[in-house]
Amino acid sequence: MFRLSQEGEEFVKNELTRYEDRQSAILPALYRVQKENDGWISAECITYLSGLMDMPARLIEEVFSFYTMYNKKPVGQYHVQVCTNVSCAMNGGRELFDALCKKFNATAEEMTADGRFTFSRVECLGSCGTAPMMQVNDDYHEDLTNDSAIALLNGMK
Amino acid sequence: MEETKLLSEHYDKAEYKTLDGYKKHGGYEVLKKAFGMDPKAIIAEVKDSGLRGRGGAGFPTGVKWSFLPDNGEERYLLCNADEGEPGTFKDRLMMEAAPHQLIEGMIISAFAINSKKSYIYIRGEYSVCIDTCRRAIKEAYDAGLLGKNIMGSGFDHDMDVYVGAGAYICGEETGMISSLEGKKGQPKLKPPFPAIKGYLGKPTIVNNVETLAAVIPIVKDGAAAYRKFGTEKSAGTKLFSVSGNVVKPGNYEVPLGTPLKDIIYDLCGGFKPGRKLKAVIPGGSSAPVLTAEEAERATMDYENLAEMGSMLGSGAIIVMDDSNCMVDMLSVIMHFYHHESCGQCTPCREGTGWLNKIVHSIQSGQGRLQDIQLIEKVSDHMMGRTICALSDAAAMPALSFVKKFRDEFEFYVREGRSKITKEVVSHA
Repeated sequence: MFRLSQEGEEFVKNELTRYEDRQSAILPALYRVQKENDGWISAECITYLSGLMDMPARLIEEVFSFYTMYNKKPVGQYHVQVCTNVSCAMNGGRELFDALCKKFNATAEEMTADGRFTFSRVECLGSCGTAPMMQVNDDYHEDLTNDSAIALLNGMK
Repeated sequence: MEETKLLSEHYDKAEYKTLDGYKKHGGYEVLKKAFGMDPKAIIAEVKDSGLRGRGGAGFPTGVKWSFLPDNGEERYLLCNADEGEPGTFKDRLMMEAAPHQLIEGMIISAFAINSKKSYIYIRGEYSVCIDTCRRAIKEAYDAGLLGKNIMGSGFDHDMDVYVGAGAYICGEETGMISSLEGKKGQPKLKPPFPAIKGYLGKPTIVNNVETLAAVIPIVKDGAAAYRKFGTEKSAGTKLFSVSGNVVKPGNYEVPLGTPLKDIIYDLCGGFKPGRKLKAVIPGGSSAPVLTAEEAERATMDYENLAEMGSMLGSGAIIVMDDSNCMVDMLSVIMHFYHHESCGQCTPCREGTGWLNKIVHSIQSGQGRLQDIQLIEKVSDHMMGRTICALSDAAAMPALSFVKKFRDEFEFYVREGRSKITKEVVSHA
């Protein structure tokens, strides 16, 4: 059964009083759960949060399902998100995505067999002047070539 | 040509991120001046300056502020930092390089509208902006620039960061309010406008990062000085995010009314050898596309772009050279709007899906000539029929692409391949 760390529970309780309304704590609470649950959120996590926050699960479920940054299934140690929107598409973002999937023997949105990577195509990340780019977990990597991106990912422990 | 760095003068200095560094360059001096002014006089100054919202809609900021009820009711200021309009990356620069400039602009604005609480709503992917703004807010609290009785003025103000979680629609002001309330980021029916009934039903002003920062030079030197930049109806400077095929993409601050060709050829160094201008999306992917001929004579201000049937939007200039296939480009854009429609209104939910399907069907060689008319018909049915502007934002590029580059769409349908002989990767 999933449980947040004691520190995590303190965080959520604090968020419940931080904003004008308790419900505003749902987004930050989901982030915290995702962080402590290897990068994704399960149905069990939501049941747990509902109890911890004393809030109907459907309110949490609604938020969870709406936003793309909450992962609906397990992701690799490195979640690699390649922008394929206009400016990146013009500068090789789609080719970059294909090259990464090929190199790491991956299918879009599926974790690689060794659990290291999940590759996703994403919409504009606000890095259009430095296209193409990818976000690996929290970090942006810009002005990439296929080779530089592969070298970067190979270098991650 | 040179940039006119009214806001961005010190963005290249690392120290500008810190409170000390910001103060060294005159930071928080304008706030001191503002506290000596009548809040109503600040609103009047912002109104007179002609400042218009820099996030996309271009609504006059001072007018927006004056919609607030004058009854002392609790009200909120929200900074819209959910930058998501494809092609736009200026707010990111502003928050990363100058978080205190945003905070100072917000405190001045909050003082003008008598708001005791503000939030900076930052898109979740902008982790560096989130850290930078949080750190700067803490510095400001520690220095007595936030909290109780700021600078001995008797004015109290609290500020916090709220982090989004990946949804373009939260850049729409009522979608943002829903999100801050801890709900799905679905826009709300207007009226009532947020200034009357916003966050938790309280009067709320939502302004873009750049808009709030621009309040500083207006209060510092007055509306008349601000109006020296720009045109009659488009006053001041604007940060333009230029991307696509230019040699030197990036953020450039120039007066509104600057010829687009000066930005493309002069500031951004034009194109790679052998390439030439084909099209420009002048205001983020929601803005109708301009042909090369139109782009050569466009000026970057609200009225000229509106006259040309497009819009200034967020100031994201996406420049395309002649290597681009317009069917391919539209397919990328339609995929985006389909993905981002919040699903609340039928014309948008269904329309974005159909547009995406039709354009991709043409791209896969399965298109029929009547599909081009179908794009127009579906688009017409999406305009002006929904709660927010996302539906229009999808329909406008679709209509402009098939109107202005019809030959490429017809060629694709007839031949089952692109007229542009560059290998095209499918965006299924």
